Amino acid sequence: MEVARQAERTVLGRTPKKNKRIDKNRYGYYFLVPFAVIFIVFNLYPILYTFYLSMTSYDGLNKPEFVGLANYVTLARDPLFYQAFYNTVKIWIVGFIPQITMALIIAYTFTIAKVKGAALFKAVYYVPNLVTAATIGVLFSAILGFPNGLLNQLLLQWNLIDGPMNFLTMPHFTQNTIAAINWWMWFGNNMLICLAGMSAISNDYYEAAKIDGANLAKIFTSITLPLMKPILLYLMLTSFIGGLQLFDLAQVMTDGMGAPNNALNTLVLYLYNQGFVFNNFGYSSAIAYGMFMIILVFSCILFLLSYRKKVR
Amino acid sequence: MKRVMKRPLKYLLYLSLILLAVICFMPFYLMIVNATRSNGEILSQFRFIPGTYLLQNFRDMSEIYNVFGAFWNSVFVTVSATVLTCYVSALTAFAFAVYRFRGRNLLFALVLITMMIPSQLGILGLYELSAALRILNTYTPLIIPAAAAAPAVFFIKQYGEIALPPSLIEAARVEGAKELKIFHAIGLPILAPAIATMAIFQFVANWNNYLYPLILLFDPEKYTLPVLIASMSSSVYDPNLGVLYLAIAVSTMPIMIVFFFCSKFVIAGLTAGAVKE
Repeated sequence: MEVARQAERTVLGRTPKKNKRIDKNRYGYYFLVPFAVIFIVFNLYPILYTFYLSMTSYDGLNKPEFVGLANYVTLARDPLFYQAFYNTVKIWIVGFIPQITMALIIAYTFTIAKVKGAALFKAVYYVPNLVTAATIGVLFSAILGFPNGLLNQLLLQWNLIDGPMNFLTMPHFTQNTIAAINWWMWFGNNMLICLAGMSAISNDYYEAAKIDGANLAKIFTSITLPLMKPILLYLMLTSFIGGLQLFDLAQVMTDGMGAPNNALNTLVLYLYNQGFVFNNFGYSSAIAYGMFMIILVFSCILFLLSYRKKVR
Repeated sequence: MKRVMKRPLKYLLYLSLILLAVICFMPFYLMIVNATRSNGEILSQFRFIPGTYLLQNFRDMSEIYNVFGAFWNSVFVTVSATVLTCYVSALTAFAFAVYRFRGRNLLFALVLITMMIPSQLGILGLYELSAALRILNTYTPLIIPAAAAAPAVFFIKQYGEIALPPSLIEAARVEGAKELKIFHAIGLPILAPAIATMAIFQFVANWNNYLYPLILLFDPEKYTLPVLIASMSSSVYDPNLGVLYLAIAVSTMPIMIVFFFCSKFVIAGLTAGAVKE
């Protein structure tokens, strides 16, 4: 192959310099080998094997028995799957809207105003994102605990409630609490990305708008927001994919089963419990693929939306 | 477009920014305060002022929970996975940035597509594979699969396209250096800033990994910190809350200390990734 190519060059009379150069490009393949081997063995093969498992009835001990699409038929009729999907999306939306709103407003503030100690503020806002959600979950379980959690003590000391309340048994309260924790953990991250996007917007737009007499709010809605659309789509997509994978908080802050009343049963928690608690490996695999399908559909919709905007 | 604001508005701005910083930090502060108080104090009253039971809690914690064992398990898994990931990612990124081989663009596109796949998709397959390879309840399936990190490859490659001029590689070849030697002597040092940024992200991600060790490790002696802390959560109603808070603090403080030393890199890395989108 190489010889042929070299001969071709000579025949076509290319510069002699190029002929002298030794072609080392095949090393590109050699250097890709470690990544490729690890990816194929430990990522791709498990993904394909999970797909095979999703068409079997398998308890992790006996031999997998092929059942075709039976697991998917069950999945399509499983009210718990829909509830887990509904819970996950609801928690994501309740957390994401304030997240993105605040991230935009704070990033805009840092862009238009000189704030002393801005670097420190940015660092502090990012800190909650660093700690594992499992640990945060244990911390908040202790804060919200019954009857002696910190929140109960505070409310009792300030005479706001008559007796201790068992917060973790209230479905709406726990859902909103997890959404709030997600907001707390992620708005700093989103703010930094918004800030990076805003710093890429040319100052000329702002100068022109100022000359036309636009106020700060007007500039925000008619210049910053439209130009931030690609970044917002990116944030929405990554946040949705991350949000669908909600597991740590839900597992730790409940009995591990998504109590109360399955209000905290999320897709990954359902997948985990079906697979590793009840040993329904086949069904659990089908849940994984169901989840993947949802992500795929949602990503396609978002991409189509952003593509259409560009064409116009 | 920096512009001077009117006084009252400025005060209001700083007040809200500080309030938000307090909200971000409050749960951690409560954790630290309660780590220094006795169980009786925590149960009887809510307070913002630290107590004097830190040493006692520390002794009790060392007796009840294997926090330090889990700490070293976490260090071992996280450091090994991070080093391996950085090396493999740099090698892969070097291949894409330096060599012009057939199918290069297609292969790179494939690497990018893998970023879209949620990590849970293959989790049952990975469990079965680990069982077949007899590496369940070891750190191997926690360390090796992490090394195929598409985002790190993407980031380092983008950096390498600019930072690795072909003439430099040519010069090294003229000197008679072998390709692997060129990677080690020229590629790694030049890519170091990009690798360092990715190393921080990989470190945090591996340190915080919960689902994989939960599934793949059975032996409490082998638990990593997140799994150990979560296993305590079932005993939140246990008598000693001071010890629990201290254990949570021990698991969260290292990463926060690391962050305050390299927050500049983290923030630069995050924003660099975002602008490219």
